[in-house]
Amino acid sequence: MSQMKPMIEMRDVSKWYGTVQVLDRCSLSIAKGEVVVVCGPSGSGKSTLIKTINALEAIQKGAIHIDGTHVNSPRTNLPKLRSRVGMVFQHFELFPHLSVTDNLTLAQTKVLGRSFDEARTRGLKMLARVGLLAHKDKYPGTLSGGQQQRVAIARALSMDPVVMLFDEPTSALDPEMVGEVLDVMTALADDGMTMMCVTHEMGFASRVGSRIVFMDVGGRILEDCTRDEFFGNPTARQPRTKDFLSKIIQH
Amino acid sequence: MPGTLDLDFFRWDVVAPFVAKGLGYSVWLTIVATLGGICFGTVLALVRLLGKPALERPVAIYVNIMRSVPLVMVLLWFFLIIPFVTGRPVGAEMSAIVTFVAFEAAYFSEIVRAGIQAIARGQFNAGFALGMTYGQNMRFVVLPQAFRNMLPVFLTQVVILFQDTSLVYAIGAYDLLKGFETVGKNVGRPVEAYLLAAVVYFLVCMALSTAVRLVQKRVQIIR
Amino acid sequence: MALDWSVFCKETTTGDLIADCFGSRGDQTYLNWILSAWSWTLTVSLGALLVALIVGVAVGTLRTLPDRPWLASLGAAWVELFRDIPLLVQIFLWYFVIPDAFPLLKKCSPALLVIVAIGLFTSARIAEQVRAGIRSLSRGQRHAALALGLTTAQTYRHVLLPMALRIIIPPLTSEAMNVVKNSSVAFAVSITELTFFARQAGEETAAPIQMYLAATVLYGLTAFGVNRLMHVIERRARIPGFGSAGAAAVH
Repeated sequence: MSQMKPMIEMRDVSKWYGTVQVLDRCSLSIAKGEVVVVCGPSGSGKSTLIKTINALEAIQKGAIHIDGTHVNSPRTNLPKLRSRVGMVFQHFELFPHLSVTDNLTLAQTKVLGRSFDEARTRGLKMLARVGLLAHKDKYPGTLSGGQQQRVAIARALSMDPVVMLFDEPTSALDPEMVGEVLDVMTALADDGMTMMCVTHEMGFASRVGSRIVFMDVGGRILEDCTRDEFFGNPTARQPRTKDFLSKIIQH
Repeated sequence: MPGTLDLDFFRWDVVAPFVAKGLGYSVWLTIVATLGGICFGTVLALVRLLGKPALERPVAIYVNIMRSVPLVMVLLWFFLIIPFVTGRPVGAEMSAIVTFVAFEAAYFSEIVRAGIQAIARGQFNAGFALGMTYGQNMRFVVLPQAFRNMLPVFLTQVVILFQDTSLVYAIGAYDLLKGFETVGKNVGRPVEAYLLAAVVYFLVCMALSTAVRLVQKRVQIIR
Repeated sequence: MALDWSVFCKETTTGDLIADCFGSRGDQTYLNWILSAWSWTLTVSLGALLVALIVGVAVGTLRTLPDRPWLASLGAAWVELFRDIPLLVQIFLWYFVIPDAFPLLKKCSPALLVIVAIGLFTSARIAEQVRAGIRSLSRGQRHAALALGLTTAQTYRHVLLPMALRIIIPPLTSEAMNVVKNSSVAFAVSITELTFFARQAGEETAAPIQMYLAATVLYGLTAFGVNRLMHVIERRARIPGFGSAGAAAVH
């Protein structure tokens, strides 16, 4: 079985905010088990791109499929589709009025229809996986940024997603906490999770990413190649890419 | 015949004299209460900001009482007490004017107080550094800015005031609402009268609050 | 100027003084009457507040739905309608005009009509506060909930409204106190609450000062009670790690 259906498939996706085009004929294919890192300067539309996958942002042209399901069809059951796609946000977005355990179980019970005990067991298992079982009864406001983000990852994992989307997961963290989150993401990738990450962390990309996608201002995908090709063959890269890499690697 | 309206009633010559008299009084009351309320309210606010507890306490008590007691009760109180104070009987219309000035002064004083406190300390200090007295500072530096910032809030309060004038019903003063009620009783059509009253109030207040929103936008741009 | 408080012990129809001030077997002193009037004020206030909260939260929520602009406009029209007509006029509408158009309502008790009138008047103001509260939450909260697969209704019920309502407890407290004051307008349609009592009893006994004073004190006590109740609610709804506003870290 060599030709497997891609987990995520985007074809010619374009989006405008009023008259400004923010995504320009983006096409992307992610197979099961791949870790795709999306990078680029601010204003390149990478956050918008990842949000179109689970229809948090609408598109005007093109088509997106997740595991065969057409995301943009009006007949698609969006909540059901979204329950299979895990998303982690830049600002964590834990629900502040709920304890960590309740954050983990809310969607499991309301969306997947699991019993509370089942949801609790699953949620705490994920919590242990990110190393925070001891904080199960705490409230998000009392946790550090790194801890909140790890809980957010556990929350998404509790839904048993087929793919995990990360929208700049470490950009809002103080430097000393970036490592703990990247470690969790690396472990996830090693376990075979299909992942798409928008990030500036080139170290993570070069160690864990299987493919790198580079977007430029105006919402176009300039590069889409394997990690080895991206980092190993700089001369073959587009001028804008080389420009971006040189600025990033300076730090 | 329930459910049908006698539209003949909506004839200007039938309705006009009564409504005009009532409208005139409501508008007059609103204007006097606004101007009087702002003047006294500013004085009260300034007294509270002087920093002298002996003066601040009674003003605070006054403002809190006016804000806790229903306006209808305040109207009843003043209507009862004023003749004792002046020694002569007082008409409902006059009593209402005094009541509203006193009542609105409390609300405006809170608005002005908040507005003054929102002006940065730095402005105040700049005035002092230039050698101005407290009074000059207030008059030329702080109050002009505070009033311009608070203009939208003032105007909103005026709209509320205009609506509140209908409560003079409690002491029988002849305002816009009473005008409609009288017409309704005279031609035997209270239902149409109250409905027309609601429509007129709605149109006036909607026009006023739309004007307030426009002012709000312009004040923001200027800053 | 000493006030004769024994007037409260007078029986309302005969004017006789009754020992220990409470009438029995059909007799009623002014003390009985003012307590009954107070209970009417409380009934009207609580009933109106309930109506206002239910309708206000519904309308405020409608105004924040992102993909149904016509519902948002409907909500805006509702608010404009109930804010631009004086409360007394609205009460007259419910008492005289609307039962004329819908004869079914003629069977309703006047108290119920007054509760609806004051409730709907207040609902417009509460709708605005709820709308402001929801809009103060970050868009990410809504996105995070949707990304987990929650429907829009579930998102509002479990994520947005719990936080928004906590945020607007201070203005809601003012509104609750306003409802108590506004209940006084019910006198105009002969609801026997405190203001009606003050006018009527003041006239009957020719001792208006005592009557007005007692009514005023009871209004003050009621407002104070409402304030304390809201304070208790606010304390019990507090979220650990968030201070009293409940919105500190929600960016």
